[in-house]
Amino acid sequence: MPILAIQALIIVTIFGITLLIATYSTYAERKVAAFLQDRIGPNRAGPFGLAQPLADAVKMFFKEEFIPAKSNKWLFIAGPSLAMLTACMSSAVIPFGNTLRFDGLPEIRLQAIEVNIGMLYIFGVVSLGVYGVMIGGWASNNKFSLLGAVRAASQNISYELAMGLSIIAILMMTGTLSLREISLQQHGFNWNIWYQPLGFIIFLVCAFAETNRTPFDLPECETELIGGYHTEYSSMKLGLYLFAEYINIFVASAVMSTLYFGGFNFPGMDWLEAHISSDPLLAHNIVTILGTVVLFGKIFFFIFFFMWVRWTLPRFRYDQLMNLGWKILIPLAILNIVLTGGGILLGEKLGW
Amino acid sequence: MTMAEKMYLPAVFQGLSITMRHFFKKKATIQYPEQQRPIGKEFRGLHVLRRDEQNRERCTACGLCAVACPAEAITMVAGERKKGEENLYREEKYAVTYEINMLRCIFCGLCEEACPKEAVFLQNNKMAPPRYERDEFIYGKDRLLEPLDAGNSKENIKYRY
Ligand code: SF4
Ligand code: SF4
Repeated sequence: MPILAIQALIIVTIFGITLLIATYSTYAERKVAAFLQDRIGPNRAGPFGLAQPLADAVKMFFKEEFIPAKSNKWLFIAGPSLAMLTACMSSAVIPFGNTLRFDGLPEIRLQAIEVNIGMLYIFGVVSLGVYGVMIGGWASNNKFSLLGAVRAASQNISYELAMGLSIIAILMMTGTLSLREISLQQHGFNWNIWYQPLGFIIFLVCAFAETNRTPFDLPECETELIGGYHTEYSSMKLGLYLFAEYINIFVASAVMSTLYFGGFNFPGMDWLEAHISSDPLLAHNIVTILGTVVLFGKIFFFIFFFMWVRWTLPRFRYDQLMNLGWKILIPLAILNIVLTGGGILLGEKLGW
Repeated sequence: MTMAEKMYLPAVFQGLSITMRHFFKKKATIQYPEQQRPIGKEFRGLHVLRRDEQNRERCTACGLCAVACPAEAITMVAGERKKGEENLYREEKYAVTYEINMLRCIFCGLCEEACPKEAVFLQNNKMAPPRYERDEFIYGKDRLLEPLDAGNSKENIKYRY
């Protein structure tokens, strides 16, 4: 029974942390944007403007709740809810840390649920996420929204292909779909990025496209489509869409850190575990918690990178986007698979 | 495009390095109400109605400033000085009310030029601050007149000339 309670606690914590990080991503986005543009950014609400997300949320709630007359009311509401739901679901399988060990208790994994198809789960949930955008765009009964939704759908499908192919190289190396297993195999400094630099670049570009971030934010391209799929949305329903985007960024960053940058592993962890304390349980727990901190450091770096890119690069044209996806990224990903396969065979021959 | 350009990545990294340099640059923002830009001596800011050396109001409600004003921002009501008010008003006629609408005013300074009594001036160190209500931008005599005890505050009020 206590293990169930602990598990529930972990789930709630992870959920809370996800929401908290997404909330403060909105603040960070504005700060980063400001700093990159030689400005200061929000600094009036609370010290350093830290209460800004709160103020934004209050503002969102007090705005007029607008539902277009000829829209499909239920789907109109379902759109943002679905986007938010799928965004929140995907952080469940990410291993946020190794294990905690206590006397008389089974090992506690710092992860909401451990499934041996974690990677597939994330892919499935993320591709469900596009339904939120599509349903919302369609239900608005507005041409611009519909165009945005169609763009979102075709973009996500195209880039999911390349993304999946780039993952396959990792799967060939690790032989597992479980994110925890993949993390554990990158023990110490044995990170996948050293073996899969090309795969990482492909994955990174696709992650940008999947989360609808600049330079691939064509579904909400305001110069052409007003606001894209959320043109008709206002108040907190719009807020949910925007919020879901930040959660997706967080999850994408976490997946990238886990798959390519060692997750909760950091160089020197073995040495630390052996030297930090004479009590092996305590030493293990300290290293686990340090690992979690390190993982969050990596995640924050990637979140920052998302923002950094957003305020640097202009948007692609839609045909350029499709060309990049189908004619460059997919062939590159296949090449990467072939190279990886060759590398693995060679390694076996040489007995590595 | 050459092959290297087609890879996008070099150009992307170049762009990223440029924005990163700006990240650490000194910020150009001026935090307005607390911090202000240096203002030139010739700046035309908020009006003030001056008093003379004996603390009497100089304005005689001749209306020349209102006529000169291209934005029609000035209105006034003239009144006659009663006996015993000589220490308040310099001339026999004075402005009972004198209002400038700061939303209409374009701060051209023509009122200042027009005034024969050297009564209305534009300060070079103050601006009309932002307000929530439009009514609050109509400045009456209570806010335009130089304070009575101008003895020490006189130095604080800076005129253009
Ligand atoms: S500064 Fe110009 S616009 Fe303003 S009150 Fe004087 S004359 Fe009118
Ligand atoms: S401020 Fe000067 S010009 Fe205007 S009414 Fe008074 S005396 Fe006349």
